[in-house]
Amino acid sequence: MTLVLDRLSRRFTDFAALDEVSLQMAPGEFLALLGPSGSGKTTLLRILAGLDYPDAGTVMQGDRDFLAASARERNVGLVFQHYALFRHLTVRENVAFGLRVRPRRRRPSRAQIREQVARLLKRVQLGELGDRYPSQLSGGQRQRVALARALAVEPELLLLDEPFGALDAQVRVTLRRWLRELHEELQLTTVFVTHDQEEALELADRIAVMNRGRIEQVGTPQAIYQDPATPFVCEFIGRSNRIPLARDAQQWRAGAWPLTIDPWEGRYRQGIAYVRPEHLSLSVPDDQPAWEARLRHVYLAGSVAHLDLYVADIDLTLEADVASEDLGRFGLHPGAMLRVAPHQLVAFPFDDDQGDRAVIRDRWTCRPPDRQ
Amino acid sequence: MSAARKTRHAGVKQRLGHALIIVLASVFLGVFLLLPLASVFVEAFRQGVHAYLTSLHQPEALAAIRLTLLVAAIAVPLNLVFGVAAAWVMTRFEFRGKAVLGALIDLPFSVSPVISGLVYVLLFGAQGWFGPWLAAHDVKIIFAVPGLVLATVFITLPFVARELIPLMQAQGSEEEEAARVLGANGWQMFFHVTLPNIRWALLYGVLLCNARAMGEFGAVSVVSGHIRGLTTTMPLEVEMRYNEYDYVGAFAIASLLAMLALFTLAVKTFLEWRYSDEIAAHAPGGH
Repeated sequence: MTLVLDRLSRRFTDFAALDEVSLQMAPGEFLALLGPSGSGKTTLLRILAGLDYPDAGTVMQGDRDFLAASARERNVGLVFQHYALFRHLTVRENVAFGLRVRPRRRRPSRAQIREQVARLLKRVQLGELGDRYPSQLSGGQRQRVALARALAVEPELLLLDEPFGALDAQVRVTLRRWLRELHEELQLTTVFVTHDQEEALELADRIAVMNRGRIEQVGTPQAIYQDPATPFVCEFIGRSNRIPLARDAQQWRAGAWPLTIDPWEGRYRQGIAYVRPEHLSLSVPDDQPAWEARLRHVYLAGSVAHLDLYVADIDLTLEADVASEDLGRFGLHPGAMLRVAPHQLVAFPFDDDQGDRAVIRDRWTCRPPDRQ
Repeated sequence: MSAARKTRHAGVKQRLGHALIIVLASVFLGVFLLLPLASVFVEAFRQGVHAYLTSLHQPEALAAIRLTLLVAAIAVPLNLVFGVAAAWVMTRFEFRGKAVLGALIDLPFSVSPVISGLVYVLLFGAQGWFGPWLAAHDVKIIFAVPGLVLATVFITLPFVARELIPLMQAQGSEEEEAARVLGANGWQMFFHVTLPNIRWALLYGVLLCNARAMGEFGAVSVVSGHIRGLTTTMPLEVEMRYNEYDYVGAFAIASLLAMLALFTLAVKTFLEWRYSDEIAAHAPGGH
């Protein structure tokens, strides 16, 4: 059943961890809470787990008031960032814990517990390690034990706190794929907290981007990347060039490069444009407006090359990405002069009265006609 | 070359320095710790094993031993429960006045034991605040067993809590939270998760608490009234016999206390060696 979070707020003594957060989770969905540290994502997860309570707001699951249930009645599975395995229990005992502490009438028999634990350990590929203690396992193995332990109670909701945060890069990628497959198999509503956008973009069905206790944007990974709703999302997700815009008598422009229309019809005087590195054209014909840019550095990163372009006109160094094989074709070597212009961007005007505060509702996106 | 010789020279000098410090420390330990300890046993057995056993067999001695065991048997479990509860509160909750509670737990360490005893006399003694009321209801606290227990509880209050607080702080509450989310109730969480994680530190704290409870002199002396066979614990009995020039008797009982100390030391050392990381929060030099 859909879980509906409505205007949740949580204040700690000196700051608001959650500020009127509303969110819905569809059954079977894989949702990422993405944000920098201190953005409130872990607080939100702990509230869902019943380990913390909001000062205001509700969480409803159909008619059921989720917040009225204590942590132990809520039937959620939680995997902690540092796993929180019971250090004095073996892997098998860890996984069995949730079944063993059930009240007698709901507790499976010993044989059933043994069978289920064996099945879970097999599923997380730890069948052989049941008698080990947590301290005898690697990080990735501990992570999988924590997951098996959470799944043992057959939760309706699985919560993962920075599930790959403490693992090294290689294990992380493997486990990520594996977790995605597991989710497809179990179809369990899953919420995971992460500060790693790559992880969120790759794994999640939907992403909620959080910043300072608020949700900035909720959407599919594609929507979040292609169509960022706020300046924060533009800067936090992927890379973006920040280019200040200003309106003179006739039109909006950034140095020599003008906007073809006035998206705000005479309102506002200042603004900001965000341009992704792959959205910069590097060889604009002479009859179209562009910046004169000097190519300063070329960083070859496998199939993609990152370019540092200095535009004297607006005194900014812009980042651009091109396919490595195009380097030669465009004559891209340090020192070269290029005619550069964005072919896709997201822009926000600044509130006239409040300096550089972006007016989010007046966001303007510009795309080439064929992509619209 | 010369530089190398210089460092070798410095090395020899350094080793000499080390040796000197070790010898000094050993002599110091010998004179101030081992010698007195040995003298306790030497004095106790000065007139032979028979005299030793006879003096321990006197009814006053047996009464003192029984009383000491009784007081410890009440005070130690009380402080075990209190210590665990205090450590729990100090490490699992945020509240106003937490620092004050922490300081209060340490109070018995910083107050002279005699003062601790006197406080109870002032509260419950014949001339004390509650004295008249207690007398009217025929309740004896001062110069009776309850007073001894109270004073001992007060003196030994910090041992368990002080042992557990840093450990529980370092361990954090994630495992307990995991247990709750997995459906454990409060008792299940405590007995299946919290207690196993602190068991060795708890045992260590109880051991120190017990050693102090049996060996306490100052506070107990104030509230005891020194009634032979009724309110004298072993340390008090030692003093009384010594004052009566019964050296063998005094040292015989002292030797029992010394053995308790040695036993405590042995178990403590074993625990530290075997479970150091589960006792001290930060393995080396955790205290």
